[in-house]
Amino acid sequence: MFKRHGLSAFAVVIAAFILLPVIVIGSYAVLADGALWQHLYETVLSEYLINSLKLLFGVGTGVLLLGVPTAWLTSMCSFPGRRWFSWALLLPLAMPAYIIAYTYTGILDYAGPVQSSIRELTGLGYGDYWFFEIRSMGGAIVMMSLVLYPYVYLLARSAFLEQSVNSIEVGCSLGYSRWRALWSLALPMARPAIIAGLSLALMETLADYGTVQYFGVSTFTTGIFRTFYGYGDTAAAAQLAVGLLAFVMLLVLLERYSRRRARYHSAVESKARADLIPLEGSKALIAFALCLSPLLLGFMIPTAQLLYWAIFEAQPLGWDFVELAWNSFSLAFMAAIIAVILAIILSYAKRNKPIKPIGSVIAISGFGYALPGTIIAIGVLIPLAWMDHSIITMFEGFGWDNPGLLLSGSLVALLFAYTVRFLAVALGSVQAGLEQIKPSLDHAGRSLGHSPWAILRQIHVPLMRSSILTAVLIVFVDVLKELPATLILRPFNFNTMAVRAYELASDERLVDAAPASIMIVLVGLIPVLLIHASISRRRPQ
Amino acid sequence: MNLMNKLILSTFAAGFLSVTVAQAADVVNVYSARKEALIKPLLDEFSASTGIEVNLVTGNADALLKRLQVEGSATEADLFITSDVGRLHRAKEAGVLKRVSLPVLENTIPQALKDSENYWYGLTLRARPIIYAKDRVDVGQLSTYEALAQPQWQARICLRSSQNVYNQSLVAAAIHAIGDQATQGWMEGMVNNLAKSPSGGDTDQLKAVAAGVCDVTIANTYYLARLINSSKTSDQAVAKRLAVFWPNQKGEGAAGRGAHFNVSGAAFTKHGKNHNEAKALLEYLASPKAQAWYAKINNEYPVVKGVKISPALKGFGDYKMDPIDLEILGLNNRQAIKLMDRAGWK
Repeated sequence: MFKRHGLSAFAVVIAAFILLPVIVIGSYAVLADGALWQHLYETVLSEYLINSLKLLFGVGTGVLLLGVPTAWLTSMCSFPGRRWFSWALLLPLAMPAYIIAYTYTGILDYAGPVQSSIRELTGLGYGDYWFFEIRSMGGAIVMMSLVLYPYVYLLARSAFLEQSVNSIEVGCSLGYSRWRALWSLALPMARPAIIAGLSLALMETLADYGTVQYFGVSTFTTGIFRTFYGYGDTAAAAQLAVGLLAFVMLLVLLERYSRRRARYHSAVESKARADLIPLEGSKALIAFALCLSPLLLGFMIPTAQLLYWAIFEAQPLGWDFVELAWNSFSLAFMAAIIAVILAIILSYAKRNKPIKPIGSVIAISGFGYALPGTIIAIGVLIPLAWMDHSIITMFEGFGWDNPGLLLSGSLVALLFAYTVRFLAVALGSVQAGLEQIKPSLDHAGRSLGHSPWAILRQIHVPLMRSSILTAVLIVFVDVLKELPATLILRPFNFNTMAVRAYELASDERLVDAAPASIMIVLVGLIPVLLIHASISRRRPQ
Repeated sequence: MNLMNKLILSTFAAGFLSVTVAQAADVVNVYSARKEALIKPLLDEFSASTGIEVNLVTGNADALLKRLQVEGSATEADLFITSDVGRLHRAKEAGVLKRVSLPVLENTIPQALKDSENYWYGLTLRARPIIYAKDRVDVGQLSTYEALAQPQWQARICLRSSQNVYNQSLVAAAIHAIGDQATQGWMEGMVNNLAKSPSGGDTDQLKAVAAGVCDVTIANTYYLARLINSSKTSDQAVAKRLAVFWPNQKGEGAAGRGAHFNVSGAAFTKHGKNHNEAKALLEYLASPKAQAWYAKINNEYPVVKGVKISPALKGFGDYKMDPIDLEILGLNNRQAIKLMDRAGWK
């Protein structure tokens, strides 16, 4: 009995630690005097709010339209290229949103090759012809949808694949058509996964700074940066960040409400695969086009442009790229392992003792995902520096040498920030995996006298291996792309590929940023391909 | 699984070991808001000639300032370098800087380009004039920054976002010259005259003017110089269509106050532990050799007299600088952003 409580207590301690930066930011928000708030309220706040809502709605629609149909087609239908698409559709995950934004701007804006040739060929001046303005709200929505839809695709596809075939078969034998079975059975059953993917995409959207800033779209997050950097007002920036969290709570509540008491695991065990629905002729062509377009726009075109810049126009990367790549890789790897271990402990504690407080604490511990990296970095820096000061005082008390900034000046700060920021991603995947395991297995284990730890290690972890691997790999890719927190918290002489790409891009040398950008994409491809392999292996094809 | 465990452990170990400890002998630790590419070569050269090792973290000036504040007495940083005087002033206000009088620098850097109490020293000058399309703008129509609010510029102006610190400093200088109300009125006029909503950097504005999106903009000269010196023909083509106009050169009072400029500079941190090394580095950054490097590589104006400027800068001609006390740019910064918010400058 003690062990069961021990697990819950341990989970709560972890969650509290993860929440520490959020609490620090929250307490700053309380301290604000409100003078600047008044000014923001009178001038820019409503614009921030409206733009953030537009962006959320737009990207939400975009990722669902791109992610769900492609997931369904590649997991349930057979058409030419299906196998290839099933992994290739993940590729845009490796593309950071700010980099795809820079790249498309380079191609499509007024000074880019497309519009320049239109002017040269037609003799028209700028404004005499209509052209899509890439630097706009619409542009931001398209850019983010193109790189964020893989979250929905990934989770929806693995849900479709893991659905017990029997449910669909039974549906069909009761007279449902395949399509009817999709709408009435497969989609509702996959809803937790789709919503989980959607909320990841939306949280990422809320936290985005690079894309919207570059496009001149003022959102809550650019407002936070302006308040923190421009006004130098941490407290007012913290207040805005708390406002951002209110959005997130809304998202989380929505998600929980949509699931309510539903059960999503199948009571019957079946690993048989349903026959794929064969598509032919125009139907196959439509399916092919539907799958090709996000891949083409979200990966192939920008990658080709980046490669062109990197090879023909940019200053080449020196040998220090080896160091940059190693720094990025090792950080991402470490952060992924930490985040996933914590996610397993937390989700398991919730499963083991599904009482309200624990569920809520765990839901809240994922909030960091929606906070901009800068805010998290500040929230991490303050408590760690405080601990460092205590350590230094203690060392001095013993008459030892000053150890320096052991926590805030080292990789500990970065890893802590990444965990806070990306725990939600790991939690999403791990929880989804855990939910698919029947509780009767737990009961059986417990009635045989095993402790929760033993059941977790010997039953659950092996059963949800692929969910765990997926979680590791998504966090890995996310950390690889992460920029703002890395920029603030990194130790001396420590750069990553994202930092290098950003420094050149923000110095308005987009073309020179291409080699580092393409490296991020290429290193990010490795885990993306591994994710695919892990999902496919689940089922005999 | 055993192999996996080993792999994980060794990544952690190697990851942590790859971070060098910034506390060896003969070392100076730098927090720099200047980008790595625009400072590292100088630091390497400094290390090679003095044997003093330089550890560097680059980043946003305000984020680095926050780090300095939070680290307090435990900070490892010795020097704080920024690309804008407003942030140096903010650091001084925050109490994280140390007064250091350096006789060598006092003789070479003009009084106006350093802090009156020796809290910071300017290292390079950055001018922010009007840049216009040669084929579409009659130079006779250009006069002052303030005149860009006139209706004749309707839908002809491009501006970078007010998020940008160079624009904030420009407005801070205007507040000093013409007051809050006139500054806000000026910005409202310019915002009305915008051809497109502010987005992108200075280079993007220059390209927009060249492409015909708008006819004038306000930008730092080194961005134009970079396009002139670029090896890409498309960049050179952009530069060929553009010219610099030095505003506020003639006339009485504010109208003739001179063109806006800003400095990048450096300061000692209050709790820095490597004082002598930091002093050596700062003196090196103000040496003719380093000054010539800034002029050549990034087309910035040197602060030390007698150092040659780049041919591109020379081509922009001589100009009168606004003799404003640079501290005022820092003092007025917050007010500038407030007025920009009110004027609707995004």
